[in-house]
Amino acid sequence: MSSSLVRLRTLAVAGGVATALAVAACSSGGSSSGNNNSTGTVTVAVVSNPLITNQMVPLTQSVFEKQYPGIKVKFATYTEGDLRAAIEKDVSTHSNTFNVIMIGPYEAPLFAKNGWLENLSTQYIAKDPSYDASDLLPPIAKALSYKGSLYAVPFYGESSMVYYRKDLFKAAGLTMPAHPTWTQIQTFAAKLNKPGKVAGVCLRGLAGWGDNMAALDTVVNTFGGEWFNQQWQPQLTSPAFEKATNFYVNLIRKYGESGASNDSFNQLLTLYGQGKCAMWYDATVAATSIATTYPAMAKQTGYAFAPTDLTKSSGWLWTWSLGIPQGVSNRDAAWKFVSWATSKQYDTLVAKKYGWSAVPPGTRTSLYQNPAYQKAASAFAPITLASIDGTDPDHPTLHPVPYVGIQYVDIPQFETLGLQVAQQIAGAIAGSESVSQALKTAQQDASQYSPAELSGG
Amino acid sequence: MAVLETGAASTPQVGIQPRAASRRERWLRRLPLLPALIYVIVVTQIPFLVTLYYSFQNYFWNQPGGATFNGFSNYSTVFTSSAFRGALVRSVIMTASAVIVAMILGVAFAVLLDRKFLGRGVVRTLIITPFLVMPAAAALVWAGPMLDPNFGLVNYLLQPFGVHHVAWLSTFPLLSVIAVMIWQWTPFMTLIVLAGLQGQPPETLEAAKVDGAGALATFRELTLPHLRPYIELGILLGSIYLVNVFDQVRLMTNGGPGTATTNLPFYLYQQVNYAFDVGGAAATGVVTVILTIIVATFALRMFARVFQFEGADA
Amino acid sequence: MTAPAAPAPAAAPARVTTKPARRPRMRELSGQVGWGIVAWVVGIAFFLPVLWMVLTAFKPESAAETWPPQFVFRPTLAEFRLVFAGWGPFVTHSIIATVVSTLLVLLLGVPAAYALSVRPVKRWRDGLFFFISTKMLPIVAAIGPLYVIALKTHLLDTIWVLIILYTAMNLPLAIWMIRSFMLEVPGELLEAARLDGAGQIREISSVILPVISPGLVSTALICVIFAWNELFLALNLTVTNAATLPMFLISSVPQEGLYIAHLSAAATVASIPVILVGWIAQRSLVRGLSMGAIK
Repeated sequence: MSSSLVRLRTLAVAGGVATALAVAACSSGGSSSGNNNSTGTVTVAVVSNPLITNQMVPLTQSVFEKQYPGIKVKFATYTEGDLRAAIEKDVSTHSNTFNVIMIGPYEAPLFAKNGWLENLSTQYIAKDPSYDASDLLPPIAKALSYKGSLYAVPFYGESSMVYYRKDLFKAAGLTMPAHPTWTQIQTFAAKLNKPGKVAGVCLRGLAGWGDNMAALDTVVNTFGGEWFNQQWQPQLTSPAFEKATNFYVNLIRKYGESGASNDSFNQLLTLYGQGKCAMWYDATVAATSIATTYPAMAKQTGYAFAPTDLTKSSGWLWTWSLGIPQGVSNRDAAWKFVSWATSKQYDTLVAKKYGWSAVPPGTRTSLYQNPAYQKAASAFAPITLASIDGTDPDHPTLHPVPYVGIQYVDIPQFETLGLQVAQQIAGAIAGSESVSQALKTAQQDASQYSPAELSGG
Repeated sequence: MAVLETGAASTPQVGIQPRAASRRERWLRRLPLLPALIYVIVVTQIPFLVTLYYSFQNYFWNQPGGATFNGFSNYSTVFTSSAFRGALVRSVIMTASAVIVAMILGVAFAVLLDRKFLGRGVVRTLIITPFLVMPAAAALVWAGPMLDPNFGLVNYLLQPFGVHHVAWLSTFPLLSVIAVMIWQWTPFMTLIVLAGLQGQPPETLEAAKVDGAGALATFRELTLPHLRPYIELGILLGSIYLVNVFDQVRLMTNGGPGTATTNLPFYLYQQVNYAFDVGGAAATGVVTVILTIIVATFALRMFARVFQFEGADA
Repeated sequence: MTAPAAPAPAAAPARVTTKPARRPRMRELSGQVGWGIVAWVVGIAFFLPVLWMVLTAFKPESAAETWPPQFVFRPTLAEFRLVFAGWGPFVTHSIIATVVSTLLVLLLGVPAAYALSVRPVKRWRDGLFFFISTKMLPIVAAIGPLYVIALKTHLLDTIWVLIILYTAMNLPLAIWMIRSFMLEVPGELLEAARLDGAGQIREISSVILPVISPGLVSTALICVIFAWNELFLALNLTVTNAATLPMFLISSVPQEGLYIAHLSAAATVASIPVILVGWIAQRSLVRGLSMGAIK
């Protein structure tokens, strides 16, 4: 049977070859080059997020498309991991599927370097002064730039900070300083932890470079650690990195929520909103989520800057922003949408329909100078702004490093390396391995790349 | 199968063998097969060829420059990768345990459903529903409202038994994922075995009862052998589909914690969606095909009867 | 197993002559009730996650996950309204892809199964194994090549790429199932038709098809289930013009936001068509499978 099977399979493969050649012969090459129009269909790849699905999409249909009747906007919504894969496929094969892509400061410089994005500063913003790019918050604008030009513009931005229950603190006779240290957080967590009822501090544990590693990286940075030294040698088993990781993992194991290795923003928001966390360290945008979803809890919530150790500040920096792939069709129409969705007028539109406290935060200085916004978001707006302004992705660590990025390393290999390390850390948090074992494996994973690969990358 | 029952074995399975295999007769027989055959060849072998082609290329989606030839380098990475070996082992463990447990439960439930009781149709409907639910939906519902350590229904229902806020996906990740696989595929096994049970002729059962055989002995000596081809079919089909299970791993544990639930499809997914390593994934895929063909050839020897015209050994 | 036609009348009288019908005794009755209870417990246990999913769909997002979990609460249709507002194009694409690919599978599968069973080609074993072997390449490994092929043939983000791939995905199993149903067709019927001078086509259409129709229904049902629920290919090869329901479901999981109630509503709505079809057709499914799952 096996020999005739081999024969049959060979026949099948040969038949496939013949057909493949035929198909290849009559198909035209690759994508259609983009003919630029200022009308037509604009397909936007976005991440699934309430600020987008509940605001940007309906407003696009009710306002933008009426304002520009020749433009039809279609949204393709993905989870974060799927979004990256879809976008990378699209831009690297020039398949012209998306006219607008939602990316962050991780992708923007890398794509710009590869020539995959339109230079928004020279192509569009220069001709459109009303866009007022100088209004964008400087760290955010810098993170989205390459060689001085903007290659994506921000839709919303975030840093990280601490949320705490004012009532629980008062009952325990504790005071949260405006700029706490991690040691203080640990002390507070120990005092407030009630196993089974309230966790002393809720922290991210889900494996993902944008999930648990986002939080852990800020701890590593402020403890004086780094991913790579100036010679691009991985430092994942250095004393500082190990100390920070031990601190983070033990903090979770002792005073954190149970099942932390599956928790990221969404799960922790639910936990905090249901009153199961005395403290929560996460994205600044959580303030908006708490205010809109759990208004009663919002009244009890206090805010503090991201905890530090050896550095002055330690919040992370992220922004979901919109870029236009190089040479895509309908570029001008795409820009009309991009500039609309990231404009000051858009903020006013959101405020009118959903209230000022629901406006996408963290992109423009004018928003934070707006008295109406200051009033509606008085509890968290100032600290959000100060957190973002306090970040410097070009110099994320105590010692100089050859990379940029606070809670990520802006190299192409980080997509997979970050996930590998994140999985090890999640294992340590779950208790299935020790921290030193996890870091040893992580160091091995990082060592599979040569310095030449990482720097040339 | 007609064999074990009456002497109806004299009706051999239908198969009009060609008498004089004239060329015209042979081609007339092939004709109906050709549309499906050609279709499948074109649609599956072309991608396989392209996969083969890319397996010899260095092609990353996050790097400019397209595909460049790099010989067997992808293959050597596959064979020296402990991550690949781990994923392979885990795939085998997950598939084997899910298939075996699902089949055992399937037989048990089929026996239950074969009896008459009030509301039998309703119960059968309830039991088959997990198979009809969208796997992605099932995975997300299990990961969230069911198994959440703080809010999940499972912890709530197990509270009287002393279970206290277990973090299922962190502490028992493999068990949780396999449990969901079993939950979704037991109905499939149940239906197949139920079909077999309902095809069992009642005369032999009556005869056994008259002879004084107990229920257990009847089951062991008469029913199980009758069910054997059904069980084998269920195991074969279940294995083919379960070895490729992906949604549950991705949506429940994302392959973790660590790599505790990373099976082969998820490992490949990481290569494609995180490393953007099209070449490496292609090589891994080709190696997987070769391994699967080897395993399948052995397995099919065991299940040779499924392919026979004639019946089982008596 | 008993073939449908001839032996049955022979079996019936044999049954009647063994024992006169009698009322079940107490022990038998309580045994029946006992098994019934066990069966009901099992059924409910298996159905519970689905029930929980449906219940959660009626909860407001901020109370979707609570401790203790709530079985009694004030239901809201808010999430369903959102789902129905957004699902239009997705469900259309799902229906087209599922129905067309299933029809194509039957169209190609029936003659192929015929050529592997009733009038088999010489190497039918190899043919069967070839079909099954196409399911051995994990689709994840081929997704890069598939994407490039779809791109170059201009099939990316069209409903046809899904129809083509779903048909290829379901054909092997369908051919196998239909083949075994065909083997159940009693030889006498085929002989009679041949003596009547029927050619291949009439043999199929007037003799075989009517006999195996429950089997065709169960085959179609299995194809519908797999095509409707397929996520990976749709996610990678479609964007907005051919996106199916599973993608709609996945897109309801946000990266920073609550989603459990909305997800449950979307999952309920997405699963209901197949669940309904499965419930209605389950008898046919069992009958179809029992007709000749093994040969």
